[in-house]
Amino acid sequence: MNLLLLLIVPLITALTILLCRNSLQVKWTAFAGSVVQLVLALVLLFVYRAEVVAGNAAQLFFEQDITLIESLNMHFHIGVDGISISMLLLTAMVVVAGVLFSWNTNKMTKEFYFLLILLALGAYGFFISFNLLVLFFFLEISIIPKYLLIGIWGSGNKEYSANKLVLMLMMGSALIMVGILGMYYIGGHDVDLMHLSNISIPAHLQKILFPLFFIGFGVFTAFFPFHTWVPDGHSSAPTAGSMFLAGISMKLGGYGCLRVAIFLLPEGAKEYGQVIVILSSIAILYGAFVTMMQKDLKYLNAYSSVSHVGFSLLALGMLTQTAITGALMQMISHGLMTALFFAVIGMIYDRTHTRMVNELGGLMKVMPFITTVLFIVGLCSLGLPGLSGFVAEMTVFVGSWQNDDVFHRVATIAAAMSIVVTAVYILRAVGQVAMGPLKNEAYAHLTDAKWNEKLAAIILLAGILSIGLVPGWLNDLLTPGAEIIMNRITGK
Amino acid sequence: MPNTINIILVLLLPFISFLLLGLLGKKYFSRTAGIVGTLLLLIATVLAMHTAYEYYFVYGKIEGLYHSFVPLQFQWLKFTHSVSIDMGLIIDSISVMMLVVVTFISLMVHIYSLGYMKGDPRFSTYYAFLGLFTFSMLGLVLAANIFQMYIFWELVGVSSFLLIGYYYEKPSAVAASKKAFIVTRFADFGFLIGILVLSYYGDTLNFATLIERLTAPESNEFKLAVSSTFLGMSALTWGALLVFMGGAGKSAMFPLHIWLPDAMEGPTPVSALIHAATMVVAGVYLVARLFPVFALSTPVVLEGIGWVGAVSAVIAAIIACTQTDIKRVLAYSTMSQIGFMMFAMGVSNYGGEEGLGYTASLFHLFTHALFKALLFLGAGSVIHFVHSNEMSNMGGLRKLMPITHLTFLLACLAIAGMPPLAGFFSKEEILLAAYQHNKIVFGIALLTSGLTAFYMFRLYFSIFWNKPYEGHSAHHGEGGWTMMLPLLLLAAGAVFAGFIPFGSYVSSDGLILPTAFHVTFSIAPVLIGLAGIFIAMVFYKKSTTHPNKIAATINGVYQAAYHKFYVDELYLFITKKILFNLIGKPFAWLDKTVIDGIVNQTATVTQSIAEGIKKMQSGKVQSYAIYFLMGVIALAVLFIYIW
Repeated sequence: MNLLLLLIVPLITALTILLCRNSLQVKWTAFAGSVVQLVLALVLLFVYRAEVVAGNAAQLFFEQDITLIESLNMHFHIGVDGISISMLLLTAMVVVAGVLFSWNTNKMTKEFYFLLILLALGAYGFFISFNLLVLFFFLEISIIPKYLLIGIWGSGNKEYSANKLVLMLMMGSALIMVGILGMYYIGGHDVDLMHLSNISIPAHLQKILFPLFFIGFGVFTAFFPFHTWVPDGHSSAPTAGSMFLAGISMKLGGYGCLRVAIFLLPEGAKEYGQVIVILSSIAILYGAFVTMMQKDLKYLNAYSSVSHVGFSLLALGMLTQTAITGALMQMISHGLMTALFFAVIGMIYDRTHTRMVNELGGLMKVMPFITTVLFIVGLCSLGLPGLSGFVAEMTVFVGSWQNDDVFHRVATIAAAMSIVVTAVYILRAVGQVAMGPLKNEAYAHLTDAKWNEKLAAIILLAGILSIGLVPGWLNDLLTPGAEIIMNRITGK
Repeated sequence: MPNTINIILVLLLPFISFLLLGLLGKKYFSRTAGIVGTLLLLIATVLAMHTAYEYYFVYGKIEGLYHSFVPLQFQWLKFTHSVSIDMGLIIDSISVMMLVVVTFISLMVHIYSLGYMKGDPRFSTYYAFLGLFTFSMLGLVLAANIFQMYIFWELVGVSSFLLIGYYYEKPSAVAASKKAFIVTRFADFGFLIGILVLSYYGDTLNFATLIERLTAPESNEFKLAVSSTFLGMSALTWGALLVFMGGAGKSAMFPLHIWLPDAMEGPTPVSALIHAATMVVAGVYLVARLFPVFALSTPVVLEGIGWVGAVSAVIAAIIACTQTDIKRVLAYSTMSQIGFMMFAMGVSNYGGEEGLGYTASLFHLFTHALFKALLFLGAGSVIHFVHSNEMSNMGGLRKLMPITHLTFLLACLAIAGMPPLAGFFSKEEILLAAYQHNKIVFGIALLTSGLTAFYMFRLYFSIFWNKPYEGHSAHHGEGGWTMMLPLLLLAAGAVFAGFIPFGSYVSSDGLILPTAFHVTFSIAPVLIGLAGIFIAMVFYKKSTTHPNKIAATINGVYQAAYHKFYVDELYLFITKKILFNLIGKPFAWLDKTVIDGIVNQTATVTQSIAEGIKKMQSGKVQSYAIYFLMGVIALAVLFIYIW
């Protein structure tokens, strides 16, 4: 399969949107384009599986290498492995859902959808790039649309949030850029990931470069204490914006931490592994406790994201193969779950015009579909078996436990403790919003989800359930990649 | 060999009921949901009983030893090459016994609810939830892998949450459902860590292999697990202890019991099913499942289990004497009876005669399920009739509700351990096991059985005797046959189940345990039980002031017991004061002011620096000339003096 298709489809979609005459055309174009992309991602999954079954044990599949700038040794090197495919699938699902959930946008529809698709394009490119400069290019492409999406279509203190988000992410990018420059000289003027993974980088240089990459990408994925853009950014963003931030942007960071920082610099990872473990177990518990105090649903979900993403960073710091698989599973699970959670919050907000937990109540009676989805998402968040969160968290715990020293054990136990705190805040919020007597007379006439919202919710739920009920396929998809990275760490 | 299809069907039929009624119920089964659910469960029950028959009488016993079969197993999630979650079905003497208990009680509740929940606007949802619960509980029972058990364990928790909060418009129901979920979740956290510990050292998650490795002193896994210590206890002990913590939470053992009385907010048939007969015994089942590990490798933990059980039994019994809500009395009684099962486990050893406690515990689980479900369903009929849970609104109901009265009386006699009803035999075995191993626990147990007889008959007399009934006249009678049939069937069970030679079917090592019956030994417990009944009769058969006088004389103790020894308040203090005010609030503050403050400060500082150096770009040629000159001088100094 030609991977360039994955870039061409969103590009054509984005350009077609610019040519559309009215907002209906725009919406349908965006919808059609994102569905085609989702189908492509699924086809890619099946083609990949077929190749693997046929015995192809290559590290990268469907590779292409196009020279862009000969003098800089810059190659457009693309390819996929199981990890990238899982990320592509996640992105494609979130994009379709995001497009559907934005169906009611009236303000500058064309620009809005153009930016959404552009952001997605950045993510698709990022996940298939195997040249650091190209990867960086796509990372940056995905930042700018966020600024506009929040700044123009956002709510509340949106200018502040947009500035904060973009500046913090830019700071991360700057660190990554410095890291890439370092790599450029170490790697003999070649920043191809595969090339860099084949040369031995001296340990002392790894120790300098690793923090640059890990913190740089970490900012994107709310690495404690660089997480403060998350609550403000999410709460100001429009629904699709929050979904994309949680479902796509934060995953760029996690993927980068693994694919670039840990994969290329295993010695650095070993050096700083304990620091990562400490910071992320703090993030998990601390995030959970801060979440408990939130009264605004979007803030609640944003802080809960900090806590949940903490699991994948914790697992990365644990440096065992199971933990790395778990980290990736948690990224996928968190992406689907949080995107859907934000969507539900958006649906509730559209109807009741409030996001404050204490102003809501008894919505189960008027919106059975929406509140059922809220329940399922909440249960996924607190790790109920049968849903994706459980599978991911358990893989993280089992993987973490394989480090048999007291330090790692204590960190794991601390992290596991959050399953109790999570239950507290999720049940408080969900119980208050959905259950109890109807809080406001005016809510009695509200309507339940419409077709677009139902379809979008079902797509994301399908993802959550397919991982939760039959986790084997995702595990098989992620394990080979995790094994390669693990071999780098153990030095095989 | 076991018939795999049957067993899969037993498990899946309730799940099908859940899916069917949950997804399509509102549209297509709004009135027939009960019948659909009940029929599906009826098939499951018949298949479960057939499986039990086949297991115990056809293929299960090979050369006098009950074997354990795993007729189905597939890999669900692989963690490492040796550790994976393999979904499987385990068929052995305890799982088959539980299959029968769970499906039968669930069927009774399904039938009973046909009448009890009639006309409820969410009738189909109710049956869907019942199906989900039954499925989860059966999954828990059949789990062949400790992680699989944990999965269904959590599902049981969530179905219990859904059913307690079924009347979701009632704030108290919402609060109770949250409390139940969170408290058991806390216990499950221990369970999870316990699983991690055991599976790490056992290097497997499958029960059979795990038990085999962790009980064989010569195996490498066992040696490693015993030699690694943390805070003075071996890893194995920690693992077993933490796993038991999960069991204690689900089984409402002190001090993790606080959710159970509140769980009575759910519809009464649900209380009968979940909070009396099936889910709450999950902890006992867990201990039974891992019994060889507890008994052979970590006797310390097993002794602890015994004490936890004994303490729970007596505390719950004391509290039950003071409660006035009939469902709460029954809830505490449940806790007390499960305490009996737990300490029976605790005073047991593995194998042969020494394993009497194990058999007794599961025997009591079996009989208790029957008479406790009966008590709850009877209480449901009473509540249905009086529209109140309070004892003070009842009295004199024996003529108005003859069937309920009779069956309730039988159940009370059974739970009080009166011969020849079911409770007598199982309790007798427990007391005997306690007597042989631990005299103090035996004393506590004896005291508790006296209290049990007292509070059960306090309940019985207050409902059916005491003062004449003052409420509205009986306009709808006792309830239709759907409500009476389960009462009668369960009553038959409560009367006759004791005659089952349980030791021939369930024992710690799979060999037949002959349970001799000691007449002389049973004199004391029966006399104590009779004394309890007699005191209750004096106090409550007629409306008297004796109870109030007594309560006044021991006011301090009475108040403490009435307020459930203030454990709830303690929890409230921990959650509200410590978790929210001492941890949550400061963290939220820290995040807003310090961490985010630094971010904002960085921005402000950057901005002010920019403001400062902005002035240098003034556009005035003169000042540029000065900068130029200063630069030249600086360079000159640099070149001349430093190089």
